Amino acid sequence: MSILPGIYASQITGHLVTGSFDSIATVSPTSSATVTFSSIPSTYKHLQIRILASVAQTVNPPFNWLVTFNGDSAANYSRHRLQGDGSSASSYGIGSQNYFELSYINGSLTTMNAAVVDILDYQNTNKYKTTKSLSGYDANGSGFIVLNSGSWQSTSAITSISITQNSGGTGLYAPNTSFALYGIRG
Amino acid sequence: MAAGSTYTPIATYTVSSAQAAYTFSSIPSTYTDLVVVINGTFGAFNTLFMQFNSDTSSNNYSDTGMNGSGSAASSYRGTSGNASGTGGMGATRSTTILQIQNYSNATTYKTTLWRANSPSDYVQTGVSLWRNTAAINSITFTANATTFQAGSTLTLYGITAA
Repeated sequence: MSILPGIYASQITGHLVTGSFDSIATVSPTSSATVTFSSIPSTYKHLQIRILASVAQTVNPPFNWLVTFNGDSAANYSRHRLQGDGSSASSYGIGSQNYFELSYINGSLTTMNAAVVDILDYQNTNKYKTTKSLSGYDANGSGFIVLNSGSWQSTSAITSISITQNSGGTGLYAPNTSFALYGIRG
Repeated sequence: MAAGSTYTPIATYTVSSAQAAYTFSSIPSTYTDLVVVINGTFGAFNTLFMQFNSDTSSNNYSDTGMNGSGSAASSYRGTSGNASGTGGMGATRSTTILQIQNYSNATTYKTTLWRANSPSDYVQTGVSLWRNTAAINSITFTANATTFQAGSTLTLYGITAA
């Protein structure tokens, strides 16, 4: 195994030159159901959010994360989902929603829910904003794997991102939960 | 907000002659997440298996996956196995990308998100669980009933959160 001082590499959003993927901020929530990244720098081309969370949940798991941009809670979001539940694959699309959805979150203190979300060209004021995500959990006999694509019908540059639990969430994140924001230079 | 350049190449390996498996060993514990990028071919399409820390017999691995064959979409589940299935690779150059988050903590089970693309066979994605709280210090990739072909590359990256 050779150790590399630095090379061209590929990752989930394309080819990457080392030094172009920056850690911006990390939030490790406990009691709050909502995580917010605010004052997002305007100096990157794309953003990536990496989530790993476990939730103490007593009411009807699994539930979803709901994502909004710049405090916009109006019906300006649309999304498509492709998901596998271990026995079948299914898909649906929905428009004019008040959020972009990440799914599903399992209520368990030992099984971690993971998500990687890409927000493309977030600073561009000439286009709507596109997101794509891969998320899921496995609990040895249950679980979901989900691909989501989303659109925020706004030409505003994204300056803040809020991620909250839907109505089934209690807000009790367990230790080792983290929401990390990264910037990708273009 | 703090900012820091990350996504650091840790190691890479290029297969020189057909081999059944490869292990990234002595993985530093200093990162937050690991990303593995595998670009290569198998002798024939089959499953790419992943194991951590030489754990080959604990029945601690499980998966939930989703396939697109070109004619149908399906989902599957594996439970209490000796390895995680992370999609397949075929005789046409294939790519698998794996996201292993918070790999060095010693408190939680380890979850991996992955996507596998074998152009002549399937497009797949899934989530795998290793029911062990140990920090990950090695990762073994095995070609099921076949071999990695010469020219295949396996690269390990580390990502550090702010």
